[in-house]
Amino acid sequence: MTDLSRRDLLAGAAGFLGGAALAGLPLAADGQGAAAPAAAGAAPAPPAPRPVAPLDATKMPGAPTAALGARSEYFAPTRIPNGTPVGSSRTPLQDLTGTITPSDLHFERHHAGIPTLDPERHTLTIHGLVDRPMSFTVDDIKRFPQITRTYFIECSGNGGAGYRDPKPDTTPQPLAGLFSTSEWTGVPLATLFREVGVKPDASWFLAEGGDACKLARSIPIAKAWDDAMIVWAQNGEPLRPAQGYPMRLLLPGFEGNSNVKWLRRLELGTKPWMTRWETSKYTDPMPDGTARIFTFEIDAKSVITSPCYPNTIPSHGWRSVNGLAWSGRGRITRVEVSVDGGTTWHDAELLNTPQPKSTVRFQYMWNWQGTDATLLSRATDSAGYVQPTRTAMIAERGEYTDYHYNQIIGWKVDRSGAVTFHGET
Amino acid sequence: MRITTALLTVACFAACGGGAKATADATNASFASYDAGAVPGGPGAKASYGLGHAAADSAIAAMNQDIGQDGVELPPGSGTVARGVVVYAAQCAQCHGAKGEGLPTFPKLVGRDSAGAPKPEFQFATTNKTKTIGNYWPHATTVFDYIKRAMPFAAPGSMSDDDVYAVTAYLLSANAIIPDTATLDAATLRAVRMPARDHFVPDNRKPTVTAK
Repeated sequence: MTDLSRRDLLAGAAGFLGGAALAGLPLAADGQGAAAPAAAGAAPAPPAPRPVAPLDATKMPGAPTAALGARSEYFAPTRIPNGTPVGSSRTPLQDLTGTITPSDLHFERHHAGIPTLDPERHTLTIHGLVDRPMSFTVDDIKRFPQITRTYFIECSGNGGAGYRDPKPDTTPQPLAGLFSTSEWTGVPLATLFREVGVKPDASWFLAEGGDACKLARSIPIAKAWDDAMIVWAQNGEPLRPAQGYPMRLLLPGFEGNSNVKWLRRLELGTKPWMTRWETSKYTDPMPDGTARIFTFEIDAKSVITSPCYPNTIPSHGWRSVNGLAWSGRGRITRVEVSVDGGTTWHDAELLNTPQPKSTVRFQYMWNWQGTDATLLSRATDSAGYVQPTRTAMIAERGEYTDYHYNQIIGWKVDRSGAVTFHGET
Repeated sequence: MRITTALLTVACFAACGGGAKATADATNASFASYDAGAVPGGPGAKASYGLGHAAADSAIAAMNQDIGQDGVELPPGSGTVARGVVVYAAQCAQCHGAKGEGLPTFPKLVGRDSAGAPKPEFQFATTNKTKTIGNYWPHATTVFDYIKRAMPFAAPGSMSDDDVYAVTAYLLSANAIIPDTATLDAATLRAVRMPARDHFVPDNRKPTVTAK
């Protein structure tokens, strides 16, 4: 507020609101599933003019060194932003390889825009049921022994686009792009809780961000003693602003919203606060007239990212069918691939050592000979849980339930090689 | 040479296999037995690093404006439904519509099933219906907390506590939860029982069982 006048803020917000109303932007404030079909139904953008390369690059000097690296001109992946401060943008999973998401393509989801926070002024305050209420500067946090770990973060609304109304012209990006994986560096939350001395009767803590809605979630304290972290770096550099700069809560395996970004305050108490996000949103309605609350863990899930819509497989013969699998409850122990719509299943290769609450890329080699095929993947985690079909999920949870969509999905391949989304499992 | 390489590989598998597995198991493990003081060069097991500074009560109070589910933190002040109609029109209607009906980018706030609806009101899994404060929010305290915390969108935190009480009163009245003659203050807000109050259940997923 010291850098921006109130008038600036009001002018900016009024401009946004007017623009949103005029443009008829897709529903953003009420969840991810609603915004996705618009993106899914949009025609693929026309290809940009192809960059010109010399006929023989060995006959002339190349480009000089540069202060910042850039992607090849032949590779220009982008997120799909919905363009509003109450918004999301999705990772282009179909363009990526391995398991790490390049930081500029990490998905975004925020409820009041991305704040600008000065790391010299930002602090984390821990209070409530503690012996010594304390504040830590960003520099203080960085002085503790650091830990580096690779975890995914997934918005619990991820997958809605393929659940209620599967459409053939859907790419992995609207289907599953509210999911990204990074190498995170920070300090265990348990280290900070020991510094402040948590009182024995504390059983929940509230995590609050320093953004315009002061987003807040109640978290069971067991998570703090287990594997929660306060992280300040992502893939070798400070967090990106959209991922919580200068620090965020990281709750491995828990739904994205609970990994509070721009973290400024932790309050310890004896019961959940029942904030807007943990009641009116991020609760899962069930057919029996209940709604599950505090559904933190992400269940096992997988998605084939190659091939996918809008690919056309150009020729018969061998190719790698590959994708990503993850579970918030443990490590992925098995991924199976079917090429016949689930009649038969084959074990896929896991291309990296599966780690708890992290991401694995799987691969199955497929010799396509020009027949109709339906490619599916299903993951099993170390708890023994196997991804369900969409039919089974709808029977259990209803067609209009919200959040935690982890049904088996895949791709139809027709005789011409055209690939379309297949969600009706 | 080829044989040597093969032998070395075998030797490494034999020697490193257990270690590699142990490393894999330690990766992303719980911090339950992690002791920051005991890391190499540190001050010693269970020792503090002495970083950070005491947080003053005033600094905490300036940030801590949470209203929990019991409403014990609700501030002094009050607001009538009538006043709430005026404040809502000035502060809220631009995004949420004149009667809380919502706009494409901002959520609907008001809506209850009429009497005699064919299905129970709290049926969001098998019916494509929109959640509102009246049909879904389990705690009235959350309405006050969220408005005070985050609204109005363009200038969060700019409303007085009286006006937050008033808008809360209007929204609860428009959702047929309190009468349009009501006045809300800390005590009366704490006493409000929301229609959806008893519909929320703890996470009862079975992490080892897949739906069939």
